[in-house]
Amino acid sequence: MQTVFKGKRVSAILGIVPEEESFFDEEVNNYSFPVRQTLRLKKIMGFNKHRLSKENSTVSDFAVYGMNYILSNGWIRREDIGAVIVVTLCPDYFVPHISTIVQGECGLDQNVICMDIAQGCCGFLIGLMEAFLLLEHLGGKKVILINGDILSHKVSKKDRNDFPLAGDAATVTIVENDSQAGDIYYEMHMDGSKGDALKIPAGAFRMPSTSETARMTDQGDGNFRSLDHMHMDGGAVFNFVQTEVPPLIAHMLKETGETVDTIDYFLFHQPNKFMLQKLAEKAGIPAEKMPMDLVENYGNPSGASIPMVVVTDLANKLTSGMYKCCLSAFGSGLAWGGMVMEWGNLEKCELIVSTL
Amino acid sequence: MEQNNERVIIGEMLKEIRPEFDFSESDNFVEDGMLDSFDIITLTNMLEERFGIKIDGLDIVPENFYTVGSIAELVRKSGEK
Repeated sequence: MQTVFKGKRVSAILGIVPEEESFFDEEVNNYSFPVRQTLRLKKIMGFNKHRLSKENSTVSDFAVYGMNYILSNGWIRREDIGAVIVVTLCPDYFVPHISTIVQGECGLDQNVICMDIAQGCCGFLIGLMEAFLLLEHLGGKKVILINGDILSHKVSKKDRNDFPLAGDAATVTIVENDSQAGDIYYEMHMDGSKGDALKIPAGAFRMPSTSETARMTDQGDGNFRSLDHMHMDGGAVFNFVQTEVPPLIAHMLKETGETVDTIDYFLFHQPNKFMLQKLAEKAGIPAEKMPMDLVENYGNPSGASIPMVVVTDLANKLTSGMYKCCLSAFGSGLAWGGMVMEWGNLEKCELIVSTL
Repeated sequence: MEQNNERVIIGEMLKEIRPEFDFSESDNFVEDGMLDSFDIITLTNMLEERFGIKIDGLDIVPENFYTVGSIAELVRKSGEK
């Protein structure tokens, strides 16, 4: 898909993280690999610390916490909300949906459209696409886009390939019509034939969770996990990203008449430092234009990664000026996409720490 | 001579990353489970720092890390770019 959205803008972002920080240096003993070997990955991959939510916390808890924050602090009025979109891989239940839980808990009007979308790393871009489309039909009301995942609950603590990356977080983004806004160039691609590269095998209807699926097994590579846990085929995903994303960036720049020099910031999904550095090298992007420290400080928060980069790295800039930004996300599905737009003058942009 | 030296350095790096294995006894380090994807990333980083090269992301694939010879070829290829 390739299109241009007109008259739309992202006007505010709130990031919500749990208070618990877990440190890579302390986790190395959980793994069956030699400590020295594991510690080498700290610098290369950017493993340092990540945020973990409590065992009984859910994405709706983060969503409601964030919604109550923006409502009570005057970011938006209830009557100005036309839709709530939640993008997550971590539903509270199969039914009801998180968006309706948010609507109920936050006292939103019955005319508010509530929609959950199952999407991972591309969740912010997919959510924005849906928000832009809905804004055509909401009579001037705004869309609340909530991205949130608590994938640390679905990753084995004895899996060195996956656990150090996991970072729980949610973001609440306000999306609205703005007749003065510049064009937003948008691309999205999918390849379901490669979907097994990032998978949680058990827990849904194809393979319901049982005591057997919960059994931890040695994967033969030193990692221990069960079928209930998420697993990423790191090599396959890395190769997919290096193959698909640099041409995507080049194509988006060509279509918009921009160059690496004219773009102020490249705001990418944050899988790990090594992958981002290789992408930057391939696309000729200077390091100062491409934040890549989210994994180091918070972990990879899946679909919330791009708005989390904004609130943690660029809040001061994007609340006080306009910048040409190239966004890109890539991952589960497998899916990859991007946006090019002039972005900034955000009315609000904050990160808050919850007790969740 | 230079190529031999390169191979010795690569052998030392492999030993440093996975000291528990005898790499001289394998003709496919990846298939034999001696190098996993994180070992390949670690080795890539060591090769880049030691030889002053940049390895293209598309070249970081298992087949380029099967043997000391294929790794040496990767270093040569990356140095030409």
